[in-house]
Amino acid sequence: MSALPDEEPSGGVSVHPGQGSAGDTETVAQLEGVSRVYSMGAEEVHALDDLSFSFGSGEYWAVMGSSGSGKSTLLNILGCIDRPTRGEYRVRGQAVSELDDDELSELRSKELGFIFQSYNLIPQLNVLENILMPVLYQENPEEGIEERGRVLAERVGLGDRLTHRPAELSGGQQQRVAIARSLINDPALILADEATGNLDSKTAGEILELFDELHAEGKTILIVTHEPRVGERADRILRLKDGALEGIEDNRR
Amino acid sequence: MRAVRLGVSSLLLHKLRSFLTTLGVLFGVSSVIAMLAIAEGASVEAQEQIRQLGSSNVILRSVKPPEDKVSNQESRVLSYGLTHEDYARVAETYPGVKDVVGVLEVPEEVRSGSLSCRPRVLSVDPSYRDVTGRIMMEGRFLTARDGEATASVCVLGYEVARYLFPFQPAIGERIKIGAEYFQVVGVMYPRVPIGSIKRDPGTEVGGEVFLPLKTGQRLFGERQVKIRSGGMDAQEVQLHEIIIAVELDQDVPMIANASRLMLTGSHREKDYEVIVPLELLIRAQETKRIFSIVLASIAGISLLVGGIGIMNVMLATVTERTREIGIRRALGAKRHHIVTQFLVETVVLSGCGGVAGVVLGLIIPEIVEAAGDMRTIVTLEAPIFAFGISVATGVIFGLYPAWRAATMDPVEALRHE
Ligand SMILES: Nc1ncnc2c1ncn2[C@@H]1O[C@H](COP(=O)(O)OP(=O)(O)OP(=O)(O)O)[C@@H](O)[C@H]1O
Ligand SMILES: [Mg+2]
Repeated sequence: MSALPDEEPSGGVSVHPGQGSAGDTETVAQLEGVSRVYSMGAEEVHALDDLSFSFGSGEYWAVMGSSGSGKSTLLNILGCIDRPTRGEYRVRGQAVSELDDDELSELRSKELGFIFQSYNLIPQLNVLENILMPVLYQENPEEGIEERGRVLAERVGLGDRLTHRPAELSGGQQQRVAIARSLINDPALILADEATGNLDSKTAGEILELFDELHAEGKTILIVTHEPRVGERADRILRLKDGALEGIEDNRR
Repeated sequence: MRAVRLGVSSLLLHKLRSFLTTLGVLFGVSSVIAMLAIAEGASVEAQEQIRQLGSSNVILRSVKPPEDKVSNQESRVLSYGLTHEDYARVAETYPGVKDVVGVLEVPEEVRSGSLSCRPRVLSVDPSYRDVTGRIMMEGRFLTARDGEATASVCVLGYEVARYLFPFQPAIGERIKIGAEYFQVVGVMYPRVPIGSIKRDPGTEVGGEVFLPLKTGQRLFGERQVKIRSGGMDAQEVQLHEIIIAVELDQDVPMIANASRLMLTGSHREKDYEVIVPLELLIRAQETKRIFSIVLASIAGISLLVGGIGIMNVMLATVTERTREIGIRRALGAKRHHIVTQFLVETVVLSGCGGVAGVVLGLIIPEIVEAAGDMRTIVTLEAPIFAFGISVATGVIFGLYPAWRAATMDPVEALRHE
């Protein structure tokens, strides 16, 4: 799984963060000439246009760009929910296009924590049930996973709202449920789409601190944001413009 | 187990809809069980009645020929039916015949004190009881000696005995049949079980009274006179019935055919009929088989309707929950998880309908029995069969919606509103 062919991507801007200090990080995700085209009858929308980059384990990335620039589309592909129209996406060296539906599901279940732009909680389930939902689809859920759910709820500040339904929560609270849910399976890669978009600066700060902690724990984080303040905390900022890669900034240099 | 809990909880979210969906299956299952119980009851009853005629008997019976030839007569004597000759011929010629019993009906009123009634009064040979398999309740049946002596003795059926002698034993009492006195020597069990007789005792008394054949012939003759408005209606019938008891069941068809041949030869008119209980029994079983097929078809259709109802609701549910499916898929659910979730829901739905249907299906026959004076029999297979079908319905009609749900594209599903 971890073997990665060290080949140069075919086109576009290519950055290999791990390349300089050879082999200190393992490449988690690699995009090679990825495009995502929506066909609307005769018209084609190039939501992503020939994108190539990769990022390594334990890195903290921010994806920025104006509305409609393809950030959510990129995240869907990274999260193995959507497939590229063209190009190849590899997770730990494994080409996603070669995986069947069950293997993709397993990848999502084991490796990925996804925070949707629109929260996507299940309205009929309460906070704790929503947080624990991904556990249902794990092959061998660990002991005491329910306790872990409570701890996570506590950690996002919802320890006293466990039995509430999403409809009884504020937008920010729902977003925090979604964050806790994305962490329940202890994923290696966390993908967050506007995770702090609906939060006041204080709560947003707490969430960002949570991401910092997770980063310190060694998790790979990729977060979509509009706010420069949020982007600054990341190691690298990937800028998208009209679906194309505009540039990658390295904050740590 | 987790899947079941999940399915049940999501059904509970739509209680009314789940309940209404279940109704289809409920009524399907309960009506199947009830119908089968009623059919089984009717069939068993019919078969019992036929068996009481004696499955190894062949019954020859006098039938009044069509009247149109001799109309407009004020008073006349119509002579028809089986004759003593027929009787003698049957008794002598056939091999394999165990017994031949002659029956003469006496159209007279039966009285005791101030009570009177009109049961069937039958003059019979003493082996009648044996041949028809009837059982004595008290006393004895008629004997050959009674016949030889043309004794004025009689045996009462239970209903008659109870009606005429409600407070004392009937045996030893004297009753009046027409203008003649008879002494009661025995009481016989009725044909059908006592429990299901629900006749008002004041108006009409069923049951029978038996006299020795010779006594009946001597005292009442073979001419039966009925007074009716506008004149008298007299008929002459030598024997109303000849019951042939056959030694071996396998000979029954042969003897039945021989009797038919014999009667066709000796009677100008068709003033008789040949009743073969064994044939009736076979026909009753055939009828039951056809009935069962028809019932099974009705059951199939009703469960099909129930199943389509379930499928309809589940398809609506799948559409309604597209987004939920997308979320679950995006967070790691495999296709089979989604299939299982929806299948569990339909099976729980149809299973609940099945259980409720079985309960209702067991209650309905009780009600029918109590209210409709109808016999019902719930066999063990009926509820099991009906419940199994209901669950199978859930699986079959749940498969397509579940498959639809599972094959949705996660991104598309997530975008659904
Ligand atoms: N299902 C779709 N069909 C057609 N076009 C689509 C579809 N989804 C996205 N697009 C188009 O793709 C482009 C990128 O959309 P995307 O949702 O990735 O933007 P975004 O960067 O996440 O924007 P925002 O910051 O507003 O969330 C947009 O122009 C959008 O109109
Ligand atoms: Mg977006």
